[in-house]
Amino acid sequence: MVLDVQKIRADFPILQRKIGEMPLVYLDNAATSQKPQQVIDAITDYYTRYNANVHRGVHTMSIEATEAYEDARAKVAKFIGAPNPESVVWTRNISESINLVAYAWGDANVRAGDEIVVTAMEHHSGIVPWQQLASRTGAELKIIPRTEDGRLDMEAASKLISPKTKIVTAVHMSSVLGTINDVKALGKLAHDNGALILVDAAQSAPHMPLSVEDLDCDFLGFSAHKMLGPTGIGVLYGRPELLDAMQPWMFGGDMILTVSYEQATWNDLPYKFEAGTPNIADAIATGVAVEYLAALGMDNVLAHEEELTGYALERFAELERVQVMGPTDTENRGGIISFNHDTIHPHDLGTALDRMGIAIRTGHHCAMPLIRSYDVVAAARASFYIYNTPDEVDTLIEGIKETEGYFLK
Amino acid sequence: MMGGTSGLDQLDELYESIILDHYRNPRHTDLLDSPDIDVEANNPFCGDEVHIQLELDGDAVSGVSVSGQGCAISQSSASLLAEMLKGKSASEALEFVTLVRRMMRGDELTEDEKDRLGDILALEGVKRFPVRIKCALLSWTALEDALSENVGAGS
Repeated sequence: MVLDVQKIRADFPILQRKIGEMPLVYLDNAATSQKPQQVIDAITDYYTRYNANVHRGVHTMSIEATEAYEDARAKVAKFIGAPNPESVVWTRNISESINLVAYAWGDANVRAGDEIVVTAMEHHSGIVPWQQLASRTGAELKIIPRTEDGRLDMEAASKLISPKTKIVTAVHMSSVLGTINDVKALGKLAHDNGALILVDAAQSAPHMPLSVEDLDCDFLGFSAHKMLGPTGIGVLYGRPELLDAMQPWMFGGDMILTVSYEQATWNDLPYKFEAGTPNIADAIATGVAVEYLAALGMDNVLAHEEELTGYALERFAELERVQVMGPTDTENRGGIISFNHDTIHPHDLGTALDRMGIAIRTGHHCAMPLIRSYDVVAAARASFYIYNTPDEVDTLIEGIKETEGYFLK
Repeated sequence: MMGGTSGLDQLDELYESIILDHYRNPRHTDLLDSPDIDVEANNPFCGDEVHIQLELDGDAVSGVSVSGQGCAISQSSASLLAEMLKGKSASEALEFVTLVRRMMRGDELTEDEKDRLGDILALEGVKRFPVRIKCALLSWTALEDALSENVGAGS
């Protein structure tokens, strides 16, 4: 294995826990990842040693907190290859990142008759904010369809993206199918037509090397909690000149430069988009999380997950009554495997696997239209991360077989 | 299949044999020709669906059809509901819904109430799996909505 998984596992205290009598096999990483001790410690350290508000006050702790908060931003900027830390805005999560763009950029730039293009693989957070923008402005939402084998139909994309298009939103890695989409090509199509591209990196930033400069994207967002960081904090990267031209969408403390009773002027980037006291502790912990990943090397993280996914797909093929959704090879495919049993409902399967200590996701995975396009209403999903092992894949497969024995006896 | 070390033996408290029997062989699934009440309900979060049809003879339920698709809990619960309904009056059926809800909430039931529940008591184990309670109650809630409207309209 390219990663020293046993060494990594030792950093994650939660992996020691048992579910009932059974050791935890955590395979719900696409929903949220577990956190290493280093990240947990960073939060405790802030509250224990230097809890203070940022960007105000001249006392020692406020200065320390501000430095740590801004240092974390710089680490994230480096992690995603952003040109400068000012292009990285802290949000609550990627849903907020997308809403920020839909409101702050969308309302000012999208008009009746314009088109907004998204892919068939978007998470609800990549669909609903644009539906709302479309209904506010009279613009139209267009969907890039998927192919039979769970890829994006790039030929259809090249026709759908036109001079009418204002913005394209594309999920980098599908949270249901695991497909890694060619967002760079979509970005080129968008730019050739004078449109922008927003990349949803919620499932890619945690699992593969990523550079906003290489992708040549205009906006990119992700949530920290899927990449070893805490919940409640996310990131919006924006091309500096775009962010600069945008008006803020939330107003209050920290985002202003001057305020009179009549009017206000806005602070510089990125503070213009960070109204109120931010989530300081979790931002600092996010910096530690991306440092942890960078130390492993994102190429190694990707290679590890390709290996696991390849093995898992091989073992899933043994299960005659189970259908895997999405690509069946590891080419441009991440470690997310959604599947359905021909008889056992995902919820019964999920409950049975839970009794064996195996945590998977069941349901519509916040991508109802995509799930429905497979003529099912729900699916089970196993998703891997840096601490998962081939043994855990075996446990999952044996668990599914045992569940078949239980329900179909 | 279910070894002593497996966690699956604990599953029996959720999936009692009566539940698995109703799941595999649901009762009264044939659609009715001219139902007086026809209601569909679904839970979009897990994809459970039930379709309930009733024929009424005055206030009494004279014909029942309950069908659907979904997990073992939702479908067995719907089948148990179908068995309960026959011959009941609308108000008796509504009282039954209340009783099932109380069972799911973990209320202490009297011996008489347990007797009345009969096979439906097999669903009691679901209360220890809170995320599955909505699966068990899907058909009962649909029945309640349909009957309340009907009773309301008739009075």
